[in-house]
Amino acid sequence: MTAKARLEMRNIGKEYYGNRVLKGVSFTLDEGKVLSLVGENGAGKSTLMNILFGMPVIHSTGGFDGGVYLDGTSVSIRSPEEAMKLGIGMVHQEFMLLPGFTITENIKLNRETTKGNLFSRLFGKPMKWLDMPSMQKDARDSMDAIGLGIDEMLPVRGLPVGHMQFVEIARELDKKNIRLLVLDEPTAVLTETDADKLLEAMRVLTDKGISILFISHRLDEVMKASDKIVILRDGEQIAETTPDETTIERIAELMVGRKIESGQMHGRAVSSIKDEFLLQIKELHVEMPGEAVKGVTLDIKKGEILGIGGLAGQGKIGIANGIMGLFPSRGEVLKNGLPLRLNDARFALDNSMAFVSEDRRGTGLLLDDSIEFNIVATATQIQGKFMTRGKLRILHSKAVSDYAARMIKELDIRCTGPSQLTRRLSGGNQQKVCIARAITLAPNLLFVSEPTRGIDIGAKKLILDHLVKLNREQGLTIIMTSSELAELRSICDRIAIVYQGKLEGILLPTDSDRDFGLMMAGEYHKLHEKEAV
Amino acid sequence: MENGLLGRMGIPRLIISLFLAFLVAMAFSYGLPMGQIFSAMLTRFGMNALLVMAMIPTIQAGAGPNFGLPFGIICGLIGATLAIELDLRNFTALFFAIGVSIPLGAFAGWLYGLLLNRVKGQEMTVGTYMGFSIVSLMCIFWLMAPYSSPEMVWPYGGDGLRVTVVLDGRMEQLLDRLWSFTIGSVRIPTGLLLVTIFCCILLWLFLRTRTGLAMSIVGSNPRFAEASGLNVNKYRMIASIISCAMGAAGIVIYSQSYGFIQLYQAPLYMALYSVSAILIGGASLQRATITQALIGTFLFNALLVIALPVANVAMDSDISEIMRVIISNGIILYALTRREVGGDAR
Amino acid sequence: MKLIQRNIVPILFIILCTIGFQYSGLSWMFFANDLMARLARNSFLVISLIIPVLAGMGLNFGIVLGAMAGQFAAFITVVHNLTGVGGFFAACVMAIPFAVLFGWLTGILFNKAKGKEMITGLILGFFANGVYQLICLIFIGWLIPISNKALLLPSGVGFVNTLDLKIWQYAIDKFYVFRARGIDIPVLKYLNNINIPVLTLVIVAILCTAVVLLFKTKLGQDFRAVGQNRHIAEIAGIKVDKVRIIAVIFSTVLAAWGQLIFLQNIGNVQVYGSHVQVGTFAVAALLIGGATVSKATIGQALLGTVLFHALFIVSPLAGKNLMGSAQVGEYFRVFIAYGVIGIALALHAWQRLAKKT
Repeated sequence: MTAKARLEMRNIGKEYYGNRVLKGVSFTLDEGKVLSLVGENGAGKSTLMNILFGMPVIHSTGGFDGGVYLDGTSVSIRSPEEAMKLGIGMVHQEFMLLPGFTITENIKLNRETTKGNLFSRLFGKPMKWLDMPSMQKDARDSMDAIGLGIDEMLPVRGLPVGHMQFVEIARELDKKNIRLLVLDEPTAVLTETDADKLLEAMRVLTDKGISILFISHRLDEVMKASDKIVILRDGEQIAETTPDETTIERIAELMVGRKIESGQMHGRAVSSIKDEFLLQIKELHVEMPGEAVKGVTLDIKKGEILGIGGLAGQGKIGIANGIMGLFPSRGEVLKNGLPLRLNDARFALDNSMAFVSEDRRGTGLLLDDSIEFNIVATATQIQGKFMTRGKLRILHSKAVSDYAARMIKELDIRCTGPSQLTRRLSGGNQQKVCIARAITLAPNLLFVSEPTRGIDIGAKKLILDHLVKLNREQGLTIIMTSSELAELRSICDRIAIVYQGKLEGILLPTDSDRDFGLMMAGEYHKLHEKEAV
Repeated sequence: MENGLLGRMGIPRLIISLFLAFLVAMAFSYGLPMGQIFSAMLTRFGMNALLVMAMIPTIQAGAGPNFGLPFGIICGLIGATLAIELDLRNFTALFFAIGVSIPLGAFAGWLYGLLLNRVKGQEMTVGTYMGFSIVSLMCIFWLMAPYSSPEMVWPYGGDGLRVTVVLDGRMEQLLDRLWSFTIGSVRIPTGLLLVTIFCCILLWLFLRTRTGLAMSIVGSNPRFAEASGLNVNKYRMIASIISCAMGAAGIVIYSQSYGFIQLYQAPLYMALYSVSAILIGGASLQRATITQALIGTFLFNALLVIALPVANVAMDSDISEIMRVIISNGIILYALTRREVGGDAR
Repeated sequence: MKLIQRNIVPILFIILCTIGFQYSGLSWMFFANDLMARLARNSFLVISLIIPVLAGMGLNFGIVLGAMAGQFAAFITVVHNLTGVGGFFAACVMAIPFAVLFGWLTGILFNKAKGKEMITGLILGFFANGVYQLICLIFIGWLIPISNKALLLPSGVGFVNTLDLKIWQYAIDKFYVFRARGIDIPVLKYLNNINIPVLTLVIVAILCTAVVLLFKTKLGQDFRAVGQNRHIAEIAGIKVDKVRIIAVIFSTVLAAWGQLIFLQNIGNVQVYGSHVQVGTFAVAALLIGGATVSKATIGQALLGTVLFHALFIVSPLAGKNLMGSAQVGEYFRVFIAYGVIGIALALHAWQRLAKKT
């Protein structure tokens, strides 16, 4: 009799209000084996994990299609607690550790071993004593199993990141019924040595018969540690393979490859744009949490549309944020040959640069104010526009509403009127308001980050077309940062790829999927170095 | 529901308006002197309006209602007592008091603003207790200060100033009686109302200047403001300065209408009453308009004016004060438990 | 050096109290006896603040509601003339349902205002006081019939201002009084001739032990987890909202008993006044002992009670001798109480901001 697979996901699909994010994903994972899930951002990895873990966001938006089977039996996971009871554990990307507790207390959080007493007989479980010695022993066992030798009574606060990651794993291991462990980008914050130790610990776990779902974009680790590799792209399962049957380049290519007809690419030939540089960036460092820039050198030509791409967390978002003064930066930036003062948002704005932030709701909008005020707000402060003439200059209401009406028409912002609160608008229309606000400043350089994230197809095209129009008709130089390679390739003249905070290379939209995939995975240089030798 | 009467008015405003209407009806039915009552409502409205409007700058700048208003109020009291010490009368006294109070209040607002900028997120709690402690400190000052005016010092050689200083013959009801006229049995305190309107216009204009707009932007979304090149701390400071200056002037106007300068413990709860009033007017802890301040001041004070006589007839007890406590604190509790849109003000 | 830095607040106050004591001209015996009495009757109230601090809700200004619960129970014993130690313990038992109800309501309110518990507690205290006055001044005698008319105002409605508690005054304080005499050992001889209310202190000690033991149980662990990070606790499966409500209920019940201990020492109840400053004074005492908005221990509660009340005792007289006015001293101690709280809150906010960046 063939043993049933530890985990089988059959034909998994998910739709969020008409927006399909997963379709027909099927794979099996055997006992004691490692399966790696690989894909770009937005490929569907997180949604898949949310389904597996029973997260409320799945069930409150209509559930999912397909079935999940554990050891042959169909299971219905409606909450994280149920997932835990079924033996599914998860180590998230952000650490879920309480810094004021010891390692033992964290490992045993809400699963403490207890002893009864008089009060517990009267008032129930909460009044039981904590059985510290027993808890310590359990913690010690789990920690030893994965090779974490430190004192189990150390407070978590102050532990190095590598150790904290192992404590998280020890916690999942301590849940004795664990059969399947999901590791979500566990090596993202680890050094190479710590990452190797983690891969070793994974082996210890699989030897015990625990199956592991490994999510990572570090393709070399994926090749080292997996028994099976599943590649997702745009919510669909593109391929299933094993390390023996494939190469890093092939994986990278599959991750990003898309059929884009040449007619859909609007980028111009290199020769058609003069080599006059509007912005010159030298060794830029930006301290943006999660998107750190660690020395980017890049020149932007006047009149071009430059794309900046890369995987999440690699730093592409940090570049625009740093130059526009939102996060602490250092380095040298020249505009038209003159030095640009960093860490000064005002200076950037005064120098004809504008920014449409990726953080639409947090940084880009005044949610509880009207559309018209949002559009003119920055201009009133930086350029004193829209104020009355005369001794006392106050806001000129009519000028504001007239201008706003014009912008609403031009960008086709769907709303009930210029005085509607921006909070009430859909994502796409909110984005249009942000763009309107930036344009109102009449910049000669526009930074746009994630312009179409979370926006439906129709609005996407409109926004991209409008950006191209601004560039062609007004000569506005645009630097567009995006996780969606497809949209970068559709309108940019050149595309820079950022990996680990540095520039990995610059490609043309017409370059091969393979090159794009390798650059995004940081393997491009490694590979080409190898070839050179 | 959203755009219906309930949605636009808000539950608290609706309840309080209905309650007020009910009490007015009862008052009529009991045959109470309505002329006097309406006059009192108008007067108390004018008395308190500026103190309530003082809440607007800090709310708009994102620092919550100014629970530290006592800082400004005390400056106003210093100005008023100085006017009496210098034996000034009538309009000289009034203008002097206001003229001294406003710069003092602005300075106090600057000091308070330094504190506010260090405690973002906790302005309400810190403001309340710092306000309480400064009032207590000032009690020591009133006790020890080198005043000599016989109207203010305890007779028969006591220590320090009296608790209440009578303004009879100096500034009492100066603005109220200015150009006042009577319709039927209702006396309209024209001077007072004109001053109130004047302050409204000043504030309205300010809020629409570049600085005023910047202040509102900072309060609406500090990240947006920073990205737009605005210095968040600077505008919060400006808000604090203006608010405390308004509080200083406001207490002078309040005192002249009331006829007494109340020292010592009196300013302790004045901030709380102003906060309640503006919340009753429909403001939230993050957004407040002049209209809301005016409506709230009227509703809150009208309620208090009418409650006492009605209660006296209906049940013969001092329910007015109790009601003031319950309503004013109840509305603040309601505002605190509303689901906030962004921000975490304590 | 670090020790001094960490305990700067209590050290400052020790210095302040010593100076105050010198200038007050009080005799040691008078001072020590008064201080002992105050320690005995106030420490319970201060300790009741610890649990909400550790459960992440900051300083529970809402213990005023606990005090009110205790007072309602006291009123019942007066109306029904329950005397002696039995009467006192009956009051403690009757206070429990009131306190649990008030604590439960407070907890629900705090859950609706997460992140703003302190200001909510403060305003709730004022609001509840209004409701309390409504009940005691308007409903008593009218909606709630009282047989003993001597307790009511002349109009027949509303409690009188002061209710005598001679029926169980000193019930536990004077149960057994220990008075040391003729001790010759250098430091301990200062304890001579001081009336030590043994039973009261024993009860306080039992409470302290109970609190310590509470934090060794699963429930205590849940309090601490929720106090550190609500989100992580929630993900781990802890019922955060429920745990917070339980913490507040504990605090309110302890405050109710604390107020009863206080009243049995004072011997009467200012119906409209005894409970009003309970929150402020207890919080100030806790902070003076070196506690913060996020961490409080029993040692800090006790030390703070001693220091706060020492200052309370010496201020009026020191003020009179230094500045010529006892009033100054009284205002000074109120200023200190409010000021300490204001500064502690400011420091806490400052630190929280610094941690975020």
